[in-house]
Amino acid sequence: MQMLRRDWYLDDAPASRLQANAGRFYRAGGLLLRNPLAVVGGAIILLLVLTAALAPWIAPYSAVGQDLSARLLPPSAQHWMGTDELGRDILSRVIYGARITLMIVALVAVISAPLGLIIGAVSGYFGGWVDKVLMGVTDVFLSMPKLILALAFVAALGPGIENAIIAIAITAWPAYARIARAETLTFCQSDFIGATRLLGASHGRIILRHVLPLCTSSMIVRVTLDMAGIILTAAGLGFLGLGAQPPLPEWGAMISRGRVFILDQWWVATMPGFAIILVSLGFCFLGDGLRDVLDPKQGGKS
Amino acid sequence: MSAISLQGLDISYGSAKVVEGVSFDVAEGESFALVGESGSGKSTVLKAIAGLAPGWTGEISVLGQPRGHRPGRGFARRCQMVFQDPYGSLHPRKTVDTVLSEPLQVHGLGSRDARVEEMLRAVGLDRRFRFRYPHQLSGGQRQRVAIARALMLEPKVMLLDEPTSALDVSVQAEILNLLKRLRAEQGLTYLMVTHNLPVVGFMCDRMAVMNRGRVVEIAPATALHDGSFADPYSRALYAASGGTAHD
Repeated sequence: MQMLRRDWYLDDAPASRLQANAGRFYRAGGLLLRNPLAVVGGAIILLLVLTAALAPWIAPYSAVGQDLSARLLPPSAQHWMGTDELGRDILSRVIYGARITLMIVALVAVISAPLGLIIGAVSGYFGGWVDKVLMGVTDVFLSMPKLILALAFVAALGPGIENAIIAIAITAWPAYARIARAETLTFCQSDFIGATRLLGASHGRIILRHVLPLCTSSMIVRVTLDMAGIILTAAGLGFLGLGAQPPLPEWGAMISRGRVFILDQWWVATMPGFAIILVSLGFCFLGDGLRDVLDPKQGGKS
Repeated sequence: MSAISLQGLDISYGSAKVVEGVSFDVAEGESFALVGESGSGKSTVLKAIAGLAPGWTGEISVLGQPRGHRPGRGFARRCQMVFQDPYGSLHPRKTVDTVLSEPLQVHGLGSRDARVEEMLRAVGLDRRFRFRYPHQLSGGQRQRVAIARALMLEPKVMLLDEPTSALDVSVQAEILNLLKRLRAEQGLTYLMVTHNLPVVGFMCDRMAVMNRGRVVEIAPATALHDGSFADPYSRALYAASGGTAHD
């Protein structure tokens, strides 16, 4: 197969658009694989995704099935992470919880990153009063502590996992808008934008096709690094009883339930806590690795 | 009908006036140079014609049609520009193919593949460069891509903003020859900004000498042979570039 050969990807004179793009990804992928932290992070995230996808097959017990005769059992061969106050297997709940965590992270990223990206790019590209209005709104959001703002939104919208996602997304976009605006300002006066305007391209086309592609790499890095924060905010909301509602096995909510028994039955709160730490760490490592590969200042050299 | 006509053009950036009362006409098919030292406002004149320096008053018309203050779709088909720095005028994340197809997409023109290949041939770039990124090209190759992009819409008037000053001396000659050949082949009108008088002698029919935002003299390029300039500043510029007046 021609497509599996190394020199096909690294060809200095690609013969098609596909090959040129594949080559770019191949080089970035190679750099990423040579970065040990990124590999560890990527493995953790891959593990999370697999766990979430295969939860019904991996989990030894049901996530919600109660067994009051087996309450608060310590970790053992039967229940690797012990059981909680309703006799539910904590390992199974942590495994199903991966689905909720992944959903929160993915939805928040899908909502807030494009929103921030477009607001920032429009603001930086047009400047003037558009910039003033959009950045004013952004500043208002930025000036409030994230968790408090999310709390206020959840309080207004009602507790629940969907509202928690919306609340976190609303608090996450201003940072992305700031980055996108700063990136846009660095090149919106450059000749290649001027040349494209001179071709008769519309503002929308220039923003979508020329400005946004240059902002995305730093945005991917930033979003990946923020994922840990998103997970923690979601867990915080869950801990306060404003995120996922029982009996959903959300990690933050599980810690909150385990708090009552933390002195005598430490495993109830600790096990989901480990899961949160591990996944946050995975996203941080991956984000750092991606920054090394995608950073525009280094990208020019490779 | 003249290709480019400027009447009493004043251009300002904010409150600073950089060009004052510039008037000249470029005939169709002519190659006209704007010369002068750095900061004399010659590039700004080009930008105003292109619509990239909107703060101007006066009259600009291109091929008989008055210009607005912004770039436009109709104008794009008549007039294009080649920028000074080929490292800054190409999008770093777009292949040569994407750069050259874009004008065709914007204007809804068909048979893109054939047109891109044909244009690559016209500017002397091998087919294998088609899917490369700018960072995989040399300066001269980049400038060829920039020239190809400007020619994709088959304009009649080309604005050239020091198209060779960012290139190596050996490459400069190649690009100048290319520009000269393209002009002959496609009957283009050039308005070229440069501070390099030998380039003017090689490429142009007439020139306007600019100093501190004003045109001090309009002279035929043949004045470069004998230094027969009327204005003292033009003579100083000529002497500074190595020429000696014979009178």
